[in-house]
Amino acid sequence: METIDLLIKIALIVIIFAISLVVAMYSTYAERKIAAFFQDRVGPNRAGPWGILQPLADGGKMFLKEEIIPTNATSFLFIVGPSLAILTACIGSAVIPWGQNLEIGGRVIPLQVTDINVGILYIFGVVSLGVYGIMIGGWASNNKYSLLGAIRAASQNISYEISMGLSIIALLMVTGTLSLGEIAKQQHGFWVDGYFSWNVFKQPLGFLLFIVCAFAETNRSPFDLPECETELVGGYHTEYSSMKLGFYLFAEYINMFISSAVMATLYFGGYNFPFMDMIHSPNLVAILGVVALFAKIFLFIFFFMWVRWTIPRFRYDQLMDLGWKTLIPLAIANIVLTGIVMTIFK
Amino acid sequence: MSTFYFIAFLSIFFSILVISAKNPVHSILYLVLTFFTFTIHYILLNAQFLAVVNFIVYMGAILVLFLYTLMLINLNKEAEPVKPFMVKISAVFGGGILAVALVSSLKSLGVSDPVVLKDPNLGLVKNLGKVLFNQFLLPFEISSVLLLSAMVGAVLLATKEKETKATI
Repeated sequence: METIDLLIKIALIVIIFAISLVVAMYSTYAERKIAAFFQDRVGPNRAGPWGILQPLADGGKMFLKEEIIPTNATSFLFIVGPSLAILTACIGSAVIPWGQNLEIGGRVIPLQVTDINVGILYIFGVVSLGVYGIMIGGWASNNKYSLLGAIRAASQNISYEISMGLSIIALLMVTGTLSLGEIAKQQHGFWVDGYFSWNVFKQPLGFLLFIVCAFAETNRSPFDLPECETELVGGYHTEYSSMKLGFYLFAEYINMFISSAVMATLYFGGYNFPFMDMIHSPNLVAILGVVALFAKIFLFIFFFMWVRWTIPRFRYDQLMDLGWKTLIPLAIANIVLTGIVMTIFK
Repeated sequence: MSTFYFIAFLSIFFSILVISAKNPVHSILYLVLTFFTFTIHYILLNAQFLAVVNFIVYMGAILVLFLYTLMLINLNKEAEPVKPFMVKISAVFGGGILAVALVSSLKSLGVSDPVVLKDPNLGLVKNLGKVLFNQFLLPFEISSVLLLSAMVGAVLLATKEKETKATI
């Protein structure tokens, strides 16, 4: 690889990291504003105009708080926990196609860090690794509430991973590839050959299953039992203070951003938008595509927050019943149905 | 090649730590690292699919369940069963014999002869799928029956026995 290509890749990685951190930061602000809206309050409005500097103030506070490592905690693993949580949250962005190729001065710049041919499985692996951060942190705290939170997180993640995998299999039958770049390319435009080109119209049930599982995997309400504050004080991060707590909270928002990006790419056409063939400049299409992708991502993030402030939390047995007795049979039925439909219309 | 030796060293190093760690949770975490080095081995062999599946299934699911169980049973020094002296002696003796057998078997080994794959892209999903569903279809389907029987067995073990009515 040429040096300049390497530099472009590094720049892309840095930009994507910066964007995901900024989006995660302002998601906390958005969440508080949206919560305030739903509850007919004002929300944060003191730091800067409309409280726009609130995330910076929160971040500064997190850094300056005293660090506490409990005496009976396993101190090394106590630090590894939040580090692993934020690491696994960040590396998921590597395979997401953020836009079509840009062409600047005869050089083609792909807006995707790497297009490995098992992209979906990579995302899946990163998601399944994410639970270690919570489990290690919860166990190392040496606190029964933390441990209960960690154990809940583990069983919840494993249960919902299965139906998530099964819902993806139905999608793979339609697309015939595991590469995210290829899947985004297939959904070109909006209306092709007399039918919608976006996968959500080909896999409506699969999308529903996937979004429910995404809520469960990111530990968002109504599936936030690992940090259920009415029962477990603070769940797995009860003993954490300062920026280590900040990392756990931050990891949740980055996960939300990445899973929104994955959902937009897999089911909602990724960077494609209606009437994109009417614009003739490829660079303009690429830039508008990035804008379209981010618009979809923000819609999904809003949806995450909307659900959080609308639906109460599940009870633990309801959560397991939903995962094993409803979602998995539905996902298997979806695979069979997809197979039948594909054989008929072949 | 040097990457291979480094990763191989790490695999062996972490697997020794698995059995030498005092705390069972630590040894599971070392096992996670060992499996991670296996994933890197698969990537070095250009077997991307196998690498990712090893990552998801072993690191992401099976070892999480291991960790889950260990965290629940709360093992510590006080609860550790103390083995009788004779058992320890016989364990050392048995282990020593196994070591002798392994070392003597090394003597009969020839110099390793690496096989160069005819198709370096064999490990990619498309090629692997074609091989599995054409050439090895029967073994593949039979192994699925095996998994099914394991699942049925697990369900059977987990179902509660019907409560027998207490006779008054």
